[in-house]
Amino acid sequence: MSLLGPKDKTSPWKGSYAPYDLVKELCIAVGVVTLLAVLLTVLLSSPDDKPSTIAQWSHELPADFATTAAMELDEKSGTAEYGPPYNHSSGSVQHFLFLHPQRWLGVSHPINTADDYVVKPLETIPNDPALRIALAEYKSAPATQKKEWAEAYATPLEEYAAAVEEKKTLPSTVSVDTSTGTVTVKTSGAGPVPTMMASLQSLAQSGGLEGGLVSSSQFFQTDYTKPLLFMADGGLLDERAEGQHLLGEQWGLMNETGSYPGQPWLWLYALWYQVEPMKNSPNADIQVLLIMGVLSLAFISIPFIPVINRIPRWIPIYKLIWREHYRRA
Amino acid sequence: MSAATAPPPPPPKTPSKSWTVKVREKGVEALPPERLLPDGQPTYVASWIYVFGVASIASLIVIIGSGTILALKGPAWWHETGVGHFFNSIHLWSVELFFFVMVVHLWGKYWMAAWRGGRGRVWVTGAITFLVAVPCALTGYVSQQNFDAQWISTQAKDAMNSVGAGAFFNLTNFGQMYSYHILLLPIAVVALVSIHVLLVRRNGVVPPFELEDKLAAVPAARPSPNGAPPSGAPPTGTVSHPSTGGQSVSHPSAGGQS
Repeated sequence: MSLLGPKDKTSPWKGSYAPYDLVKELCIAVGVVTLLAVLLTVLLSSPDDKPSTIAQWSHELPADFATTAAMELDEKSGTAEYGPPYNHSSGSVQHFLFLHPQRWLGVSHPINTADDYVVKPLETIPNDPALRIALAEYKSAPATQKKEWAEAYATPLEEYAAAVEEKKTLPSTVSVDTSTGTVTVKTSGAGPVPTMMASLQSLAQSGGLEGGLVSSSQFFQTDYTKPLLFMADGGLLDERAEGQHLLGEQWGLMNETGSYPGQPWLWLYALWYQVEPMKNSPNADIQVLLIMGVLSLAFISIPFIPVINRIPRWIPIYKLIWREHYRRA
Repeated sequence: MSAATAPPPPPPKTPSKSWTVKVREKGVEALPPERLLPDGQPTYVASWIYVFGVASIASLIVIIGSGTILALKGPAWWHETGVGHFFNSIHLWSVELFFFVMVVHLWGKYWMAAWRGGRGRVWVTGAITFLVAVPCALTGYVSQQNFDAQWISTQAKDAMNSVGAGAFFNLTNFGQMYSYHILLLPIAVVALVSIHVLLVRRNGVVPPFELEDKLAAVPAARPSPNGAPPSGAPPTGTVSHPSTGGQSVSHPSAGGQS
């Protein structure tokens, strides 16, 4: 044994040798790959679609923004009901048999959707006495009261969103002015919530909500978990992705915006999501990852798997690869 | 002056206690320079499929080169300047080329059963390199700071979270993903590729099937225990081969070139 383990166990090659310039070959290869990359760059460039912003979302889809924000306050959104690593809910907690690895490391990125997405950003708005009073009333109310107010405001918006999706008659309880991006909800029993949500919509449209959601108290910020999850709870990202053929039932991860190739090497990973039982399973992610984990182990272990490691001998593609050698022999 | 006295005999060589000497001796024993950088290859190493191994390394070099330029200028540069976008495009296309040539290389090695003759670790390190390259690329896609990054990170987070990886591999945390992408995972890929290449140089290129069978069936053709070449075998050091009109080519000891 040495640093690199035992030497070659095959019989030594006693035949002829051809000159071989390893360094020259590598330099030529780097040159060719560089030329190819430059050629592809000149011909095709690369995609760079601007990111969506919360300001853009609240302007372009005001009803969707208002509905999402109301569900965050009501703690009924996808993020609110997600579970670890964001909170202690269980809506998106997946398991395989008795294994619940999603719970093993706990809540590492805590998000309280009502506080983080609504209350705290509103507290940053200065010089708004009506909002101050509304916030004070909301914060001092018991949890059951908060829930009642939030539900009274969110329910008409959810009905409105469902009617839009199903292309039914829109309920009269919600009116949307797309020119100004304002949403009015006719409801009783919502307490201070309508005042709060109107201020949140204004804050979002002014661009002030983006920075308020970046999850760090530091001056320098690099974690976009909160704003990204907030936007993912709404419909803007999905709408843009569908237009760019990026949805799972379209090209998914294989594609980038502008029909550029994405990560085609993930084709097998993406394929499992289209196959039953993963296709309709609430535990699809963990099932697919476990399948890919087993396949990855098998891929690494090919030299040691009976039958699989004999197939190259039975299907003589090697005769094509070494045809020069066999021709000479 | 008396006649010069004979120099004292050199002291008997004792195993060095120096860690440095031990590492050097082990390193040279494992990979003598002529095997690390050979100037001759067995004549059966003659197929276009061999190009894809070196093309994978070449693509990795272009990826690291273009990525280094992007890193030097910072993550926002390529969104703001044409030159930056140019280098980002080079980076993207070299990644696409890297995966393409690496997949062809892997398939080629599979059909050659290139793990034969104690080369299992060569296959294992190559396969792990491919698997580590996948998250290396993924972290690049989610570090783009554009709509693709928003979409991919919010979609792929559920898979990471489902197995508990989201706690330390948070796709929506740009700072963390950027660190993984430009430092941690590239170091892993480069280290794996280095080990892979050293193992290839150590074990030599796998021979064709029938040749291996034929040689295995003729024990006389094996080298003697002291390493001397068998009778009739070409002398170690130079070989005459027909492809160069009888030109002599120096080559490493035959044992490492099968």
